[in-house]
Amino acid sequence: MSEKIVSSSPHIRSNVTTAKIMTDVVLALIPALIAATFYFGFRALYLTVISVAFCVLFEYLWQKALKKPLNVGDGTAVVTGVLLALNVPVTAPWWMLAVGALVAIIIIKQFFGGTGNNFMNPAMGARAFLLASWPVQMTLWSKPFTTGFTVDADIVSSATPLALMKTGEIASLPALSDVFWGNIAGCMGEVCVPALLIGFIYLLIKKVITPTIPLFYVGTVAVLSFIFKVDGMTGIDCALYSICSGGLLLGAIFMATDYTTSPIYFKGQIIMGIGCGAITFLIRRLGGYPEGVTYAILLMNIATPLIDKYVRPKKFGYVAQKGGAKNA
Amino acid sequence: MGLLTFKRGIHPDDCKKLTAELPIKELKPGKTMCYPLNQHLGAPLSSLVSVGDEVLMGQKIADSEGFLTAPLHSSVSGKVVEIGMRMHHSGVKVPTIVIENDGLDTPAEKINTKSLDELSPKEIVQIVHDAGIVGMGGAGFPTHVKLSPPADKEIKYVIVNGAECEPYLTSDHRVMLEEPDDVLFGLTAVMKIFSLKEGFVAVEENKPDAISALEEKAKNYDGCKVLTLKKKYPQGAEKQLIYAVTKKEVPSGKLPADIGCIVLNIDTITAIARAIKEGTPLYRRIVTVSGGAVNNPQNFKVRIGMCFDDLIEEAGGFKEEPAKIIYGGPMMGISGISTSVPVVKGTSAFLAFTKKEAKKEAESACLRCGRCVSVCPMGLMPAELSVMSLKGEIESVIRYNALDCIECGSCSFVCPAKRYLVQAIRVGKDRQRAHLAEMRAKKQ
Repeated sequence: MSEKIVSSSPHIRSNVTTAKIMTDVVLALIPALIAATFYFGFRALYLTVISVAFCVLFEYLWQKALKKPLNVGDGTAVVTGVLLALNVPVTAPWWMLAVGALVAIIIIKQFFGGTGNNFMNPAMGARAFLLASWPVQMTLWSKPFTTGFTVDADIVSSATPLALMKTGEIASLPALSDVFWGNIAGCMGEVCVPALLIGFIYLLIKKVITPTIPLFYVGTVAVLSFIFKVDGMTGIDCALYSICSGGLLLGAIFMATDYTTSPIYFKGQIIMGIGCGAITFLIRRLGGYPEGVTYAILLMNIATPLIDKYVRPKKFGYVAQKGGAKNA
Repeated sequence: MGLLTFKRGIHPDDCKKLTAELPIKELKPGKTMCYPLNQHLGAPLSSLVSVGDEVLMGQKIADSEGFLTAPLHSSVSGKVVEIGMRMHHSGVKVPTIVIENDGLDTPAEKINTKSLDELSPKEIVQIVHDAGIVGMGGAGFPTHVKLSPPADKEIKYVIVNGAECEPYLTSDHRVMLEEPDDVLFGLTAVMKIFSLKEGFVAVEENKPDAISALEEKAKNYDGCKVLTLKKKYPQGAEKQLIYAVTKKEVPSGKLPADIGCIVLNIDTITAIARAIKEGTPLYRRIVTVSGGAVNNPQNFKVRIGMCFDDLIEEAGGFKEEPAKIIYGGPMMGISGISTSVPVVKGTSAFLAFTKKEAKKEAESACLRCGRCVSVCPMGLMPAELSVMSLKGEIESVIRYNALDCIECGSCSFVCPAKRYLVQAIRVGKDRQRAHLAEMRAKKQ
């Protein structure tokens, strides 16, 4: 009898793989990418390609240099690349994305052990890094349909809805329908609500994510914005503008749900969602910065190990019988 | 009424179509029959026969003085030709009695001649002991021990486990369909031991024909009820089944009897029925032979001690050289190295997987996606527990409750990184047991 494979049970596995999950995430981001290209021109696509290329390149070089097993094929670097690009304004120079990719892949991800070990979302962390390093370029918002493949020196810059709400210029706010469809200034991937929702539904259908974190995140921001509304706006308007702009949906659907940096159990995920929502709201309303999604998610990323330590599922067989835990 | 079930769990493709419709085929015993002396959990057996002895069908050939043990019987009449080390399906050599079959099936004396009405509860348990009956779902826990709980434990529920949640397996399904009377008779006998008015046969919803066959016959047996369970793995795990039926959780580290429950496998309960009705000890079982590499997958009624090679031949041999062979179900069975091993009391199935079915995927980094946590029927955190187990961080292993793991394999099944979670947790369990033993030794 020929050689047999001998292994520990179970002998059958589901057909879900890391690569399939990452492919689904990329597919779910495609509507947002199409919307970005529609509103901000081909430059959006170009920057995304740059970002993905550098992310994959850095991951490959790192693994090659350290003689680690190559797993670029699992697609995690591609997801990081797309997310990073969607989180910068279309006016950003290409080299900024290369720097962002370096920070995301090498410093945030590989320094801490690679896939599954990073302590914060690589794309989000890289965005925070870029924002701190080049605050002007990172907040130079162009009006939709004013950029093509290149950015002219005299682009029409525009304020984001949240910035207007912050400064009290309620009268200059774009119409809610424009905010919904994405005809506003903002980061490439954050503006078009329907595109993000299509991605959300796709991820839910494919069971890549559960709705827990996005719903609690967005819900918390909506409720707080409704209660503590901005002067001159109705509560409902304030809530709707808050949801549809400032990268909340992009962050809640694609970044806060990152497996590695969010709690593993659904009760912990509720805490993650509410925490992100509360911090986002506090930064937006009380901080010096109109948006708050980036830092909210990063702060909750750091809190994740602690949440996982204390919020665990109820174990089977521990009902009102403490003695049972002794495992006699 | 909603279907009975437990929390979490998985939904693997059940692959039962291969054999679910095929009637059980009885096989003639082979020329040479092998009886490994470790058929069950607990005290090892010693042989009662010597080389050259003539034995009868149903004669006791090995026994032990211990309590947690069950005697072993010859399944044929013939002559003992060898007592030595032979390959066992787990891949190691174990002491084995080899008997040459004379083909006459000369029966030994019956172990019971009374009818169920005449038997006292004590006598029924004694018959179960004398018949050498053990849990036939795989673990092989001696059944008479299960039926003799300490006097302070009141048994309220007797549940016959007809879930058969493991993919590919259809032996229990066919028994329920073809021998419903034996199932219900056995249940009635066990109910009598505990003077119960009610007893349950719990069957997964994917076996509607078995459910209706049992329901039809249950009219003739007072108090026997047929329950329908949701199709979900591991529905047939003892603790999960008890929860589905009673909504009670077996406390960690305790036995079902501690909350008044006894769960018995289908093949076990029919063995009890035959021991009482026919006075024969346990020497047959139903084995599903299936998997993509088998030409004609089937359910066989075989004598214990038969060589698997004979079963495979009866199933038309292999379509292609199997890449993996499994004794038991695909979720919890043991992968073997040889088919020239005997059927023992606990082997419910033999599966031969093609290269494609057996594909072994490389482990990659844990993404912390939480799928394992969302399916663990015991409410554990397999991803974290497996890491702690491999690192040997004993405090964390204990805090994450390694010993509560039932090794059902749900976590490994769903893991997108294809991590060997159960395997790692087994290491953790061994470490925790060793640690506890050390602590006990220190105390003394």
